[in-house]
Amino acid sequence: MTATIATTPSPAPESTLEGHGQPLIDKTFRWILFAATAVGIVFLAVLIVYVTLKGLPRLTPALWQNMPSIRNPDTAGAQSAITGTIWVMAFTALTALPVGILSAVYLEEFGNAKSRFQRVVDINIQNLAAVPSVVFGILGLAIIARAFQLGQTVITAGLTLGLLVLPVVIISTRESLRAVPQNIRHGSLALGATQWQTTWKQTMPAAIPGMATGTILALSRAIGEAAPLLLLGAVSFISFNPTGPFSAYTTMPIQIFNWTKDPREEFQILAAALIVLLLVLLLAMNAVAILIRNRTQRRW
Amino acid sequence: MTFTRRAALAATALSGALLLAACGGSSDSGSTTADPTNTGGSDLTGSVRIDGSSTVFPLTATAAEDFMAANPGVQVTVASSGTGGGFEKFCRGETDANDASRPVKDDEAANCEAAGIEFGQLTVATDALTVVVNPANDWATCLTIEELAKIWAPDSTVNNWNQVRDGFPDEALSLFGPGTDSGTFDYFTDVVNGEEGASRADYTPSEDDNVIVQGVAGSPGGLGYFGFTYFEENADQLKAVEIDSGSGCVAPSADAARDGSYEPLARPLFVYPSVQALQQPQVRAFFEYYVANDAAIAEGALYIPLSEEGQAQLVADLDALLAKAGS
Repeated sequence: MTATIATTPSPAPESTLEGHGQPLIDKTFRWILFAATAVGIVFLAVLIVYVTLKGLPRLTPALWQNMPSIRNPDTAGAQSAITGTIWVMAFTALTALPVGILSAVYLEEFGNAKSRFQRVVDINIQNLAAVPSVVFGILGLAIIARAFQLGQTVITAGLTLGLLVLPVVIISTRESLRAVPQNIRHGSLALGATQWQTTWKQTMPAAIPGMATGTILALSRAIGEAAPLLLLGAVSFISFNPTGPFSAYTTMPIQIFNWTKDPREEFQILAAALIVLLLVLLLAMNAVAILIRNRTQRRW
Repeated sequence: MTFTRRAALAATALSGALLLAACGGSSDSGSTTADPTNTGGSDLTGSVRIDGSSTVFPLTATAAEDFMAANPGVQVTVASSGTGGGFEKFCRGETDANDASRPVKDDEAANCEAAGIEFGQLTVATDALTVVVNPANDWATCLTIEELAKIWAPDSTVNNWNQVRDGFPDEALSLFGPGTDSGTFDYFTDVVNGEEGASRADYTPSEDDNVIVQGVAGSPGGLGYFGFTYFEENADQLKAVEIDSGSGCVAPSADAARDGSYEPLARPLFVYPSVQALQQPQVRAFFEYYVANDAAIAEGALYIPLSEEGQAQLVADLDALLAKAGS
């Protein structure tokens, strides 16, 4: 990694492009940038290697085939947490995606950006995206679980997490709509299409890659959440799979949280194994997002 | 100690639910109407929802696990929102029973009463709050409650072992303990400092007892406290301190906690079922099972089972509650 600029006496043509006069500062700055980047990567690598090594003995089919057990640490699994996560994520998607995409389309394509109403909505969506997830848990408990009488069920969790990621879905959808060039809209309108036809047939299909990536990333934020669900009263011990939207549930982050608190070493290993599984799931979701983006991306 | 526990657990795992139920049945003759040895023969359905203390959680979850093995039609769920958080849900009728690591508070009882929820108290196991030090600590084998109070008092400035007792070496004291939301913290501060919640604040608090284990095991002058189970599971890297409350030094142990000699740090653990919920057959069956197999459940959850009198009291308490439920 020794830079050639400092040692070469006669400046090469490329080095003149990089500026001249302060090679030491240049080099130092580069190293600082590199170190800053490395910090994140190194910690991620250490985390992955650590949990993988620790969880390796329990990364077996038993992890998703068996139910949690307090009595039998050696055969305990996390099936109910995995199915619970799938159920909750399905309802999160059902809540956040239609509402988020439709409101983004309204704000971007139909609303008047200069109206007082839209400015207020804009600011609030930005703020909501920064609200800590625990606050959404309190909201979910007071409104969805209690006022709407939905109790501690899959649908309560789905609605709460849906609200949590709604701002992210709206913001990312709006950004992908905004990235569609105005020419396309103008062209469509000039040919006599209505605003509805323009949005539905031209703008939205063009924005799908961005919307898909944004929403998958939003869902991968929701999948790792434990705090709001703990407030909602997600159960810590459940040895049956959810059977419907009004079923009790647990999720993978809650199961991990619960296992790490147990004094027995077996459960620490199990927790590490489940963390690996959760990481794999997250990476798979992000990979799908990248795949969709690459497959469907258009250039204008 | 750890090894034999694990071996026992493994053996239990192999022998399966039938043997579990059989063991449970034989350990108690005061069983009420349900027959816990009858595995798979039950046609009960419905759900039992329990929330509350995370200290009692392993016990109730073990009971739920065993009960569901014998009654596959019943869905028992156990959450751990903490004693106080659990009572809030319990008094709204959102749960059928509440786990508690301390007795119900007056305002909680008033809330339940206002909502028309009647409940009773069952003492299901005993815990010995254990004060631990680093194994390299060869001086503090026994501490008095006064010395503990000197260390943990809200205005305490003790930061070296030589300030705790004359003759103790010059070794920096580093303190670890549960966080303020914990029932363990409430209980310890109550009996040691004389007021619930009164504690010095400059210690390393953690809701995760494993962090306290790591902390004390990693510092030669470390001192911390938590439930007996955590000490037992980590006995190879910690040393338990004997406690002298005026009548000699007593080491924390299952026997000492049961016979009451481990004073004042032995504490009872409770479950509060609601009388209304007990009118449902599956809730009733669950508690009959819990009480009848309490010793086996406590063993399975690595807790200290009740003494014989305690067990008899538990059976009597449940019978009284069931009579109230009138089913």
